Amino acid sequence: MEYVNLFVRSIFIENMIFAYFLGMCSYLAVSKTVKTAVGLGAAVVFVLTITVPINFLLDQYLLKPGALAWLDPEYASVDLSFLSFIMFIAVIASMVQLVEMIVEKFAPALYGALGIFLPLIAVNCAILGGSLFMQQKDFSAVSEAITYGLGSGVGWFLAILAIAAIREKITYSNVPAPLKGLGITFIITGLMALGFMSFMGIKL
Amino acid sequence: MAKDIKSASEEKEAKKKEMILFLSNSEEKEHFLSKNNRKLLSDPLNDNNPITVQVLGICSALAITVQLEPAIVMAIAVMVVVAFSNVIVSLMRNLIPNRIRIIVQLVIVASLVILVDQVLKAYAYDVSKQLSVFVGLIITNCIVMGRLEAFALGNGVYKSFLDGIGNGAGYGVILIIVAFFRELLGSGKLMGFEILGHKAATAAESTGLYAIGYENNGLMLLSPMALIVVGIIIWVQRANNRKLIEQH
Repeated sequence: MEYVNLFVRSIFIENMIFAYFLGMCSYLAVSKTVKTAVGLGAAVVFVLTITVPINFLLDQYLLKPGALAWLDPEYASVDLSFLSFIMFIAVIASMVQLVEMIVEKFAPALYGALGIFLPLIAVNCAILGGSLFMQQKDFSAVSEAITYGLGSGVGWFLAILAIAAIREKITYSNVPAPLKGLGITFIITGLMALGFMSFMGIKL
Repeated sequence: MAKDIKSASEEKEAKKKEMILFLSNSEEKEHFLSKNNRKLLSDPLNDNNPITVQVLGICSALAITVQLEPAIVMAIAVMVVVAFSNVIVSLMRNLIPNRIRIIVQLVIVASLVILVDQVLKAYAYDVSKQLSVFVGLIITNCIVMGRLEAFALGNGVYKSFLDGIGNGAGYGVILIIVAFFRELLGSGKLMGFEILGHKAATAAESTGLYAIGYENNGLMLLSPMALIVVGIIIWVQRANNRKLIEQH
């Protein structure tokens, strides 16, 4: 039950885009058609589910104050947390590279679908954001980190799918010229975020 | 022997010249603030603004604009990181192998962000607490990567520095405008000072605008309004600057 709660929270209430604006750059750039949006969304879910637990383990056994105690009790006072940014980003960049190679080898169809989006993901704020929020939330087990990673990914996927569908339709409507394209997308995202706020306070 | 010394000194001279050429590249003959260089600084403020035109760096921009103070700190932090990562990458641009350049750039940016984070923790602890994960997210801020890819990899050191400062400033301007309206309308304060008067429990005890029944708009403090405020800024900017309007 706790996991379902965490999952639903990370999809709807703490939605990466509507609550924290993470990954907005690719969200705005790649949401012109539903097809590309699905590709990028799937890649984000994939990478978030893998990198958040790995970074959780790194944080737990390497970076936290006193995390090195499992090596030897005399390291208990070591605090490497200032290294977390560089460690996380290195893990993300190399994982993306690795995932790209594995997918290319074993699932060429999926690779064709994700295509250019996989390498783009290394610099997607939502991925690093997932790891940094995980560090703040102080999870107690890997399974919680996996749930959180998967949930945030699905939330991001939902958001980009919805905006892509709306943007496909809105090309037919008569938007004021200066608002066309970027401006109206911002305002629609704001209105969608208002809608998502109605999920606030839900507890399963 | 004498010839040897001469050739050695000549070699040194040649190396020095190469070094100067390497450092200054093409801007050698240009004045420090020539027209081109001024354009590098001023273009990102309006015609080529990183947020409203290039659509970069929105990720970490909006969540920290509830108040003016963290927004200003964030703007300065991003400006420092963009400028110095531009300088470092521009210095190394002939040494970085093309295939692994993204990882090299990420490591350079991450090291600079760690520095900024530690400085903030030491000298502005409260603001650093408020910014929480968003300092770390400067690493993946698309402005930084975008400018490294689009400018620093192909231009000289001084030009890259100016480009970094310009883009950091363009980002900061939008951040500060958004934060100004959100803090003013949302909580009636600027930088923490109550400039619209003091709000007490009843209208009779209040001062300033609150005495005549003015209320704060709590919606401005919530995240959706940041997006809508940016949308309106884009609207105003494009209405004044018609060549930015998108065709479809």
